[in-house]
This record gives sequence, structure tokens and C-alpha cells, in this order.
Amino acid sequence: MTGYAIFRTKVNETFDGAFLWMWRQVVLTVLEIGELAHFGLRAIGKFFQRPLRFSELIVHMEFVGNKSVIIICLSGVFTGMALAYQIYLGFKHVNAGSLVGPTVALGIFRELGPVLTGLIVAARAGGAMAARLGTMRVTEQIDALEVMGVDPVQYLVSPRIIASVIVMPLLTGVFDFVAMVGCWFICIKLLDMDEAQFWDRTAAWIAPYHIYEGLFKAAVFGLFFAVICTQRGYNTKGGAEGVGSSTNRGVVLSMVLIIVLDFFVTNLINSFYSWKEVLTR
Amino acid sequence: MTEAAKASGNNKVSEMMNQGNNAIIVKALRKTFNDEEFVVNGMDLNIPRGKITVIIGFSGTGKSVLLKHILGLLKPTSGSIQVLGQEITAMNDHDLKMLRQKYGMLFQYAALFDDMDAVENVLFPIREHRRDLKEDKMVEIAHARLHDAGLAEKDYHKLPSEMSGGMRKRVGLARALALDPEILIYDEPTTGLDPVLTEMVDNLIVSTHNLKKGTTSIVVSHDLFGAFRIADHVVMLDAGRVLLHGTPEDFMHSEIELVKRFVTKGVHRGES
Repeated sequence: MTGYAIFRTKVNETFDGAFLWMWRQVVLTVLEIGELAHFGLRAIGKFFQRPLRFSELIVHMEFVGNKSVIIICLSGVFTGMALAYQIYLGFKHVNAGSLVGPTVALGIFRELGPVLTGLIVAARAGGAMAARLGTMRVTEQIDALEVMGVDPVQYLVSPRIIASVIVMPLLTGVFDFVAMVGCWFICIKLLDMDEAQFWDRTAAWIAPYHIYEGLFKAAVFGLFFAVICTQRGYNTKGGAEGVGSSTNRGVVLSMVLIIVLDFFVTNLINSFYSWKEVLTR
Repeated sequence: MTEAAKASGNNKVSEMMNQGNNAIIVKALRKTFNDEEFVVNGMDLNIPRGKITVIIGFSGTGKSVLLKHILGLLKPTSGSIQVLGQEITAMNDHDLKMLRQKYGMLFQYAALFDDMDAVENVLFPIREHRRDLKEDKMVEIAHARLHDAGLAEKDYHKLPSEMSGGMRKRVGLARALALDPEILIYDEPTTGLDPVLTEMVDNLIVSTHNLKKGTTSIVVSHDLFGAFRIADHVVMLDAGRVLLHGTPEDFMHSEIELVKRFVTKGVHRGES
């Protein structure tokens, strides 16, 4: 074989290997998405079967919601303050300081509120869910439930997912509110803007649907991080190392997915408005 | 195995089979996870009602897989399993759930719910399956079960993290007894315990069995010495099949090489 032929063969082998590797990754990803979807749908369906787990739902709503309020308030108020100041620094050059309030409000209500709340709650509550279920799996507590004739998915997973879906919009509402308080503080108390103008412009720019969009996104993020983290925890293998690994994978995947999903959900919402406009014409 | 011992063992086994008084009947059970190697390979086994049957065997001989089949946690590749007269291999989830209320199981490390104290752990299955009872009655049953399992009253409100290994076993046993099960399963109850605790757990198994007359007890164990102390029947598994099923005496007199090795090591360990 000539040198060129050998080179071509090597290139072909490399490309074949790379293609096969990529193909394998695609197949594995599709399988994983299918597994997640199946797990999530099964868990949601089981929530509505008897015996109903309302007390468990309340416990998990308290855990996901109530125990996240302080961290959400802290993050929200400083996000609002930082965003207001940065926007002011840009807007003052074009003499548009009075638009800082509505600009911050739009950014917070539509994007930052749900995304940051999603990331914070996924890290805090999602991580805790994965770790708790993982520990229960490796210490045979989930097997014990099954042997006792209790459906572990219905008892452990379904209330956590439903609780996250319900509580995430509430937490986002809290985040939005405290972020606007932070923005108000910077604009009115530190930058000495006109308060009437601040609220007037904000009220003129912001419609209720801007807030609903964010709350809808928050519910979607809640659904996704709860399904991912509970699925990772529920299917933990191995001992303590397995628990650590599933917690880590659950949280990382949830956080990445929240950012990726945000783009698609935003597009979906915009498409919804377009269709609505066409239909109402 | 001498002809006499073999005949004696076979007679006893066939006697048990003929009695028609078996809690569990396993027929030609086969299980593979990868379509190549059979973890359980044509197993036939009868577990008599109201007796203590100890299932022993080296690691990887199919004990845990058999147990999971009996509990309905695994579906066999082929074969049949009858529990209390019901074929479980074709049962749906609801029927399996109903059947599992007739089981009580003590896990190797007790598998207590770590956010619940001893009483709450025992109350859990009662609250799940006896919704007709009032809370006071449920608590009364839980206390009675903890008392039966020998837990001191001062320890009733301890969390699993505050309990010793022996206390956890007692609470695990009380939880297993909570619904008055017809079949009690002990999964390696003495593995990893010191000799004193091992003896305590063995005594607990026997006293519980005597207390709950008519209950079928199945103990999966590595500990042959313990098995000889507590068992009415012993089943030894090897390569996914029943190697020998008989009384402890049958095992002592067995001429099967593997049984002899297991007996010699097991008894020596026990004696030491």
C-alpha cells in the first residue's frame, strides 16, 4: 500500500470511529430522554390514583417552597439591585434613566425570575431529592416499601414532582417581587430617580401576561428538575459513591436543562401569541 | 451421601411435598438477566407452611434472586411460583400488592425509615393497610409488636441513627410483624453481626416463630451453625438449583462434597 492509501485508510477508520461514537451518544441520549419521560409520566399518573398522597404533597411543598424562601429572597433582591444599576449605567448615556424600572421588570418577570429561581431550587431541593431517594435506594428502604405493598413511585416520587410544579411559580412570584424591591431601592433611594415616573413607566410597559409567562416557565422548570432529580435518585446503584454520583448528575443535568429549556419555552410562548393573534383576526 | 441418608432426606422431602401443606411451591424456575447465563436454573422447591426453613448457599448461588421471585419483585424467565395457593408469576401490580400484605420481611440492615422513630416505623404499614383502624388502636398494635420483638419501652421514640444494631433488628422485626403476616422472611439477618448479637437474632427468630403459631418463616443465610440451631428444614442452593433439601440431621450426614465443605466450615466457625 502506498503512503497515501495508508493515510486514507487511517482517516476513514478515524471518521468511522468518530461517527459510531456520535451515533452511540445520540442513541443513548434518546434512550435516556425516553426513560425520563416514561418515569415522569408514570409518577404524575400515579399521583391521581388511590390512596391519594395529599399529606405527602404538603410535606414536600413545605420542603421545596417554604425552606427555599430565604435563599430566593436574598438572591432576588441582589439580582434586582445589580441589574438595575447595570442598566442605569448603560441607559444614562442616552438619557433614558427613567426606563430602568420597566426594563428590569421585563427582564426579571420574563427571564431572570423563573430561570434563577429554577437554578436555585434545582440545586437546593433537587439535590436533596436525589440524595434522599438515592440513600433510600442503597439502604433498601425503597425495597422495604415495595415489600410492604406500598408503591414507592407513588409514595416517594409523585408528591415531590407535583409539589415542585405547584411551588415553583409561587417562589418565582416571590423572586419577582423582591427583585423589584431591590430595583426600586437602587433607583429611588440611591440614584434619586423620580418615584412617580418609575412606577408610571413600569405600569405602562408591564402587562399581566409578562408575569404569567414567567410563572408558566417556572412550573415547567419545576417539572423538569423534579423528574430528573427523582429519577436519578430512584435509580441509584452502588453505595455512598452512587448516591453522590446520582445527586451530582441530577443537579448538573437539571441546571443545564433549565437554561436550554428557557430558550425553547420562550419560543413556544411567542409562537402561542402569534397563533392567538392569527386566530383572533 | 450414604444411601440411608439420601433415602431419609428424600423421604422427608417427598413427605412434605405430598402433604400439600406448602406455603410456597416453586416449580422449574429459571431466570436469566442477559439471555446467556441462568442465575436460577430449573429450581424446584417446596417451603412447608408453619415451619422455619433456612435457605443457605455460597455467594452467587441464587438465594437473593429466589427471594426476589418469591416477593414478586422479579418475574421469572420461565417456571411457576405459588404462594399460599396463588400463582404469582402472572399477577398484576394490584394483586401483588395485596399478596405482599401477607409477607413480613426483616432486611439485612433492617432498612428502617431513617426519618421515623421506632413506633412510627412500625406504624407505617399499619397506617397504609389498616385505614379502618383508629389512630389509638394503631399505636396500641405498634407498641405490642415492639414489645413482642423485645424492644425496651424507653427506646420506642429513638430514631434509627440512635439505635444499636440489635435494636434496629428488633424494630425491623416488629415492623415485619405489624400486619400479622402469614410468611415472615429474614434476609441474611445475622450477616456482619458479632456472635452475641447473632445468637440474640437467632433466638428472636425462634421466639417470634413460637409466638406467632402457624407463621411460615424463611431465613436466607450464610450461617450454617445458626441454621442448624433454628431450622426445621434447610435448603442448600448451588448453581441456581436446590442441591439438598432436608432436616439439619440430613445435612450433618450428607455425603455430597459441597455440603460437607459447607457443613465443616460452618460448624467449625460456630464452635469457635
